[in-house]
Amino acid sequence: MNYNWNWGIFFQTSPDGVHTYLETLLLGTGWTLATALSAWCLALAMGSLVGVIRTTPNPWLVRLGTAYVELFRNIPLLVQMFLWYFVLPELLPTQLGDWLKQLPDASFYTAVVALGFYTSARVAEQVRAGILSLARGQGWAALALGLTQPQAYIYVLLPMAYRVILPPLTSEFLNVIKNSAVALTIGLMELTARARAMQEFSFQVFEAFTAATIIYIVINIIVTFAMRYVEQRVAVPGLIGAKPAVSTH
Amino acid sequence: MFSNFDYDVIIRSLPYLFYDGMTFTLALTAFATVGGIIFGTLLAMMRLSGFAPISVLAAGYVNLMRSVPLLLVIFWFYFLMPYIGQWITGASRPVQVGASVSSFVTFTLFEAAYFAEIMRAGIQSIPRGQVAAAQALGMTYLQTMGYIVLPQAFRNMVPVLLTQTIILFQDTSLVYVLSITDFLGAASKVAQRDGRLVEMYLFAALVYFVISFVASLLVRRLQRRVAVIR
Repeated sequence: MNYNWNWGIFFQTSPDGVHTYLETLLLGTGWTLATALSAWCLALAMGSLVGVIRTTPNPWLVRLGTAYVELFRNIPLLVQMFLWYFVLPELLPTQLGDWLKQLPDASFYTAVVALGFYTSARVAEQVRAGILSLARGQGWAALALGLTQPQAYIYVLLPMAYRVILPPLTSEFLNVIKNSAVALTIGLMELTARARAMQEFSFQVFEAFTAATIIYIVINIIVTFAMRYVEQRVAVPGLIGAKPAVSTH
Repeated sequence: MFSNFDYDVIIRSLPYLFYDGMTFTLALTAFATVGGIIFGTLLAMMRLSGFAPISVLAAGYVNLMRSVPLLLVIFWFYFLMPYIGQWITGASRPVQVGASVSSFVTFTLFEAAYFAEIMRAGIQSIPRGQVAAAQALGMTYLQTMGYIVLPQAFRNMVPVLLTQTIILFQDTSLVYVLSITDFLGAASKVAQRDGRLVEMYLFAALVYFVISFVASLLVRRLQRRVAVIR
């Protein structure tokens, strides 16, 4: 392979004149994490809400929730990014649209919203499955104790459901981190975009992509291990996933 | 809001969108599905192998592919393929590989990792007694897999495999970054040429939605029909 390897490239100054290439990649990692974490908060909030309304007895709420999930699940993420970034400002009143377009870091906010709503449909499915996996008597017991329907969800059903669906939520969170790379198409300078920029300016293709790959793998490993620890801590005693209780005598 | 919505630009570009764009999208989806399932099944069998180096190799491949973004893999292969081509053909210079060929290879190899996990679950769902029975009848490993385990694993996993195919169909829109004229690429080129971003992107979203939604309804129906009654 006649390719000139140059691993020293990471310590050379990038075209911005301030940072080395390594620092630009780390800055990109920061944007990747910021985008993923913000989108994750939005996805958890919207996903929980939609997941909950799909388990209520009201058929219209269930239909609304189902429509929401189908809408965000059946359009490619890239197309959704374009809709939020290029189409939405045109459909709003002119003033509001112009304000959106001139917002500093517009691509960051757009990426968070697009990724958040896209992921929320998947989270909603998990939350719904988690609630439906609980024994029906649990909800009834909560109501019998005098809790209102919202209280039953907040204090009884949701805390249980989250603990049950933690493993699929972990893989959804890993997906958010990976999917944030799609935001490079609307100009967000996250990790993959920085690797691409480094390749364009330095021509050291494989060093740039190797570094980005390693960073993604490291993030993946850290999240996986952290979540495994959390899973063990919050496992519901008595379920197959939990360690058998240690006898105290 | 929709007062200056130009339906005509959509109608005018329909042949380009579907004949040029959608053909590529569907070809890529079909090729990567078939190739991905074949390579993925192989990976699943390797991963379940009792010979540690083979199972570690397969597990490493699957985990590597599943921990990096598809976009990064698309870029990797786009730049790596010319060197691989040079290495295979023994040419003196990197071989010119088009964006289309590189996207076909990328999607096949990337999706294989996801199909491998589905097939592994399928193989593991087959009762152990079936393998023992096949061996008792004197079948070799390949016969056991080919005649007993894989047909059942495949049948059990058909709905999941098809759902993954729908995801793959949506993922193919990412070849946009290589400036390929897939469905989204075609829509985006018309949008930029005519300055009609709103119309073209909304129409593209609608088409993707209808196809994916109908496909997922069909998968759900199929799921009820092929379910093995136990």
